[in-house]
Amino acid sequence: MEPVTTFSGKAVALVADDVDTDQIIPAAYLKVTDKSGLAEGLFKAWRYLPDGTPSPDFPLNRPEAAGATVLVTGRNFGCGSSREHAPWALQGYGFKAVIALSFADIFRNNSLKIGLLPIVIDEASHRELLRYLEADPDTSVTVDLPNQQVILPGGRAVSFPIDGFAKHCLVHGVDQLGFILQQEESIAAYEAATPAWVNTLRPDERG
Amino acid sequence: MSQSRTLFDKVWDAHVVRPESADTPAVLYIDLHLIHEVTSPQAFTELRQRGLRVRRPDRTLATMDHSTPTTPRNALGVIPVIDPQAIAQLDRLRANCADFGIPLYELGSSNQGIVHVIGPEQGLTQPGMTIVCGDSHTSTHGAFGALAFGIGTSEVGHVLATQCLLQYRPRTCAVRVEGRLQPGVTAKDIILAIIAKYGVGGGTGHVFEYMGEAIRALSMEERMTICNMSIEGGARAGMVAPDDMTFEYVAGRPYAPKGADFEAALARWRRLPGDPEARFDKEMFLDASALAPMITYGTNPGMGMPIDAAIPSPEQLPDASSRQALDKALSYMGLAPGKPLLGHKVDVVFIGSCTNSRISDLRQVAAFFKGRKVAEGVRVMVVPGSQQVKRQAEAEGLDEIFRAAGAEWREAGCSACLGMNDDKVPPGKYALSTSNRNFEGRQGPGARTLLASPLTAAATALTGVVTDPRTMLDGVATV
Repeated sequence: MEPVTTFSGKAVALVADDVDTDQIIPAAYLKVTDKSGLAEGLFKAWRYLPDGTPSPDFPLNRPEAAGATVLVTGRNFGCGSSREHAPWALQGYGFKAVIALSFADIFRNNSLKIGLLPIVIDEASHRELLRYLEADPDTSVTVDLPNQQVILPGGRAVSFPIDGFAKHCLVHGVDQLGFILQQEESIAAYEAATPAWVNTLRPDERG
Repeated sequence: MSQSRTLFDKVWDAHVVRPESADTPAVLYIDLHLIHEVTSPQAFTELRQRGLRVRRPDRTLATMDHSTPTTPRNALGVIPVIDPQAIAQLDRLRANCADFGIPLYELGSSNQGIVHVIGPEQGLTQPGMTIVCGDSHTSTHGAFGALAFGIGTSEVGHVLATQCLLQYRPRTCAVRVEGRLQPGVTAKDIILAIIAKYGVGGGTGHVFEYMGEAIRALSMEERMTICNMSIEGGARAGMVAPDDMTFEYVAGRPYAPKGADFEAALARWRRLPGDPEARFDKEMFLDASALAPMITYGTNPGMGMPIDAAIPSPEQLPDASSRQALDKALSYMGLAPGKPLLGHKVDVVFIGSCTNSRISDLRQVAAFFKGRKVAEGVRVMVVPGSQQVKRQAEAEGLDEIFRAAGAEWREAGCSACLGMNDDKVPPGKYALSTSNRNFEGRQGPGARTLLASPLTAAATALTGVVTDPRTMLDGVATV
């Protein structure tokens, strides 16, 4: 995985709470066996009118949002389905971070695994950032993962919390599976102590 | 351990392979990994790229449920799959299971069904286990006193390769449901009421433990309905302490321990309920005796109300963001604030999904349908949760009742819950659904979903308009 450290990028605001993963990527796009086509389906129903033309009112479709890499949204972003296709779609579209007031648990976990930063900032800073974006849609922010800070357009640094292990993995480009694989001895010891009555499935089991 | 522990604490502690440290999360052992065609292919690709094998194929079970059609079988007894993308996805699962030695309940085979219906059905879901699946409704299995939660595809890869997950210990939340349900009010109404009261983010970061008189009185299948929708309240997992009802439900199922092993298991399972002094990080409360059947009017499961209430007005709400959200939701739903939902016309009634597609759900609906006809112009889909549920329903003659009433009796699968197979609600149409999510477009682009219980669905199917099932209980048996 590519290391994630510090980057600056244009921000775009999607002012809504409880944006669910069905909005981020509708189920019709989940029929792939790889990650193809997901960016096309990002916010499909909001990005496009029923006739297939881009919806001019949707924030991502505004000309000044072109090339945005930071999505700013409200509370409980990514609620609903566990589909990792949601962060894949956001990342595929070009987003590197989502700044919100809170995230749904599974979405946050999934995003951390793939290097899409789920950043929670306090309400006052969130309001301030939205004010900047409203005044000038061509606004950039800097995200500094090693120092766990978002630098607002005015220069103020806002701290954000992040799971320390995930941060370590992202900053060094290390993947989490590698760490678990190193625990082989402990896993084998745990399994050896499992009671014999725990039934296991037979490989030749067929429905 | 001398400290008082909750049910969750006991299950968690028993699965820690490596404890959480200042720098790393805990390594948690997973007893059972359920997989399906939609969230697993990219994980297998990752395994192949890294040259890894599946560590415990004998603790992994695959089924086909999400992208599968539920159309009746053809003359050859085969469920025809037409969508080329679905065919490719199912083929990929087949190949992955064959290559890695994972048992697969193939589409249409005798044990296939929705992943959260088949685990309990086979006796694979047992008290005290850790269970994961790349599906947020994995919380369903918590009804047995298991710690069960949904994961993403990266984590599916972790479990395939190591049978473990990296996890920080979540906080706990006691959800006390006291009192007795009134006739016509069900487990589905309890969970819809909890979510309406505490919101779709109320449980974020927490594991729910449902407790209290009302929960103890529920059957296992009703407890599954409640745990299923924990995720709709923001909690990744929901649990119910196992009791004799749980043990009786598990006993005798294909994968349940047998003989002396069952006795050993039982001794262990009886120690799982939380200690009396155990403390929770948070508490929620609901009085079941005051509950009416619930229905949603908006575009998230927290936008729910008693079926006889009026749709709330944005002006009643305290803050700008919730006013804006309600405005947007009602505009999408084509509903007016202040108006009742009772009597509102529906186009589709969907009875199914991992929330409400088990035999007891179908029996309730059949009791309403017996000797009656569904309303003209309403498409009524009855979709069993598994092939086993389907066979049981047919053995009881329920399929005949559904068909005679004018409803469709279909093959097992997720069906119209999520709009990724052929079963969809047309744009702008209203569906009263026993499923779990009313998000915009969830049941198909532009579809408008009203979530409710199987009883409310049955009553509404018969009248063609949103109907309070309590007004139709006379002469209905076994409800």
